[in-house]
Amino acid sequence: MNLQDLPDPLTSVLPNPPRAEPVDTPELWRRFPAASLAGVDTSRLMWSEVLPGGAHWSWRMPRGSAIRFVALQAGANLSLVLYSALEKLERYNMPDSLKAQHTAHYTRGHVLMSDMGRSMASFTADSLGWHDPLGALLDNEAMTRRYGDKRYEHARNAMHRSGKDGLLIEIGKYGLGKRDLIAPVNLFSQVTVDAQGRFGFTPEHARAGDFVELRFDMDVILAVSSAPHALDPRPAYAPGKVGLAAWRCGAAPANDYCRAFRPENARALHNTDMLYL
Amino acid sequence: MTTATAIRLQESALKPEDAVMRQRHPAGEPILFELRQGQTLRIVDTEGNQAADVLFYNRHDPAEHYSATDTMVQQGGIYLTTGSVIRSNEGRPMLTIVADTCGRHDTLGGACAAESNTVRYALQKKYMHSCRDNYLIALQHADVGLGKRDLVPNINFFMNVPVTADGALSFEDGVSGPGKYVEMRAEMDLWVLISNCPQLNNPCNAYNPTAIELLVW
Repeated sequence: MNLQDLPDPLTSVLPNPPRAEPVDTPELWRRFPAASLAGVDTSRLMWSEVLPGGAHWSWRMPRGSAIRFVALQAGANLSLVLYSALEKLERYNMPDSLKAQHTAHYTRGHVLMSDMGRSMASFTADSLGWHDPLGALLDNEAMTRRYGDKRYEHARNAMHRSGKDGLLIEIGKYGLGKRDLIAPVNLFSQVTVDAQGRFGFTPEHARAGDFVELRFDMDVILAVSSAPHALDPRPAYAPGKVGLAAWRCGAAPANDYCRAFRPENARALHNTDMLYL
Repeated sequence: MTTATAIRLQESALKPEDAVMRQRHPAGEPILFELRQGQTLRIVDTEGNQAADVLFYNRHDPAEHYSATDTMVQQGGIYLTTGSVIRSNEGRPMLTIVADTCGRHDTLGGACAAESNTVRYALQKKYMHSCRDNYLIALQHADVGLGKRDLVPNINFFMNVPVTADGALSFEDGVSGPGKYVEMRAEMDLWVLISNCPQLNNPCNAYNPTAIELLVW
């Protein structure tokens, strides 16, 4: 079975599972390109998902769990936001994360820090070398201007949904509103900055099969949208599918790559460890 | 003796051309708007068998919302039709249904959600659009202090959800049809929150969600 055989829940109404096997949790990771699961012990996978392009969802991920994210189509983008599940006022903070690590992009070794000086999640594997913290979210105005109007009435579930609306719906499920919507991380996208400070967007930065992995260092609420990147210049609304596969990896060990990557990261992970004495 | 919730058909004398608001509301989409005390709202099922999932809030106190249980208990039955008083969690009248050419509206079916779709149908259907996602995005954009905690059990206008004598809940084909409408007078200043239901997994929209029309006098 390959990905092309997988029915898309946004373009067709899937059949319900048979009564004798009511819990329809196919091992969707088996459809991911084999190389995209390099280094993953697939016997330990607890669940896998294929997020259709333009879709949104959220999970509560415990400390010591990991998700391997896989771009299943070229040019995929996955906007994500993180809130502490213990105290939702604590959330991913873009400038604190960037300045502590002297970086304007994320790759293996980096951590996503909260406003409280703690590591919320660590980049533990990456085939791409660059994920975007700057490019914000596609909103409805830009989406309509760029791609025209495609609403439920005519498109049904294949309607266009912006990244901003997708994340607002998801964080709303935890009592969070507009004022809580933070600058996201855009996995699989690359936004460069030139000498004059101008943005550049790398079209189809991610190819099918590219992957990035996050280990969750604290209990988090993770919300994602696979809508197109706000700076994606491609004329068509064509968001790519993204695969997710999750397992329990355990908390960061003493000899962890991300801990050793920078002294700031060691201290941020220490600060998180202090929550779980 | 007529039972509390027997079908009571009543046409309206109000003329659409006199309405202060008249708009087609497309399939699958939410809307939040104000309705002032004394104003009358008509919802038209333009093509028939379209569930309109509706919640009401006190415009001046978002903690006071439509209450399915208070409404049912005070009228002594589950269906809404002409003469039904739509009550709040404080037991106060929020609206009175003054005309109804459909005859029966549902108080028990609630609103579909991506999460409840995974339970009712299939886990792999979680990415389909739903009323509760619709409610959430309308409230998020409005930013008027209403949120998920306020998404209480709602009214499904034009939907038919009978309870059988042996205590089962059944989802029946709609009793509505093209052009049927229900009309209600606001007894207090209100927020009206509507999701024109996008559900494709059961017959609540006859598997074909269609537009409704909203009129206010």
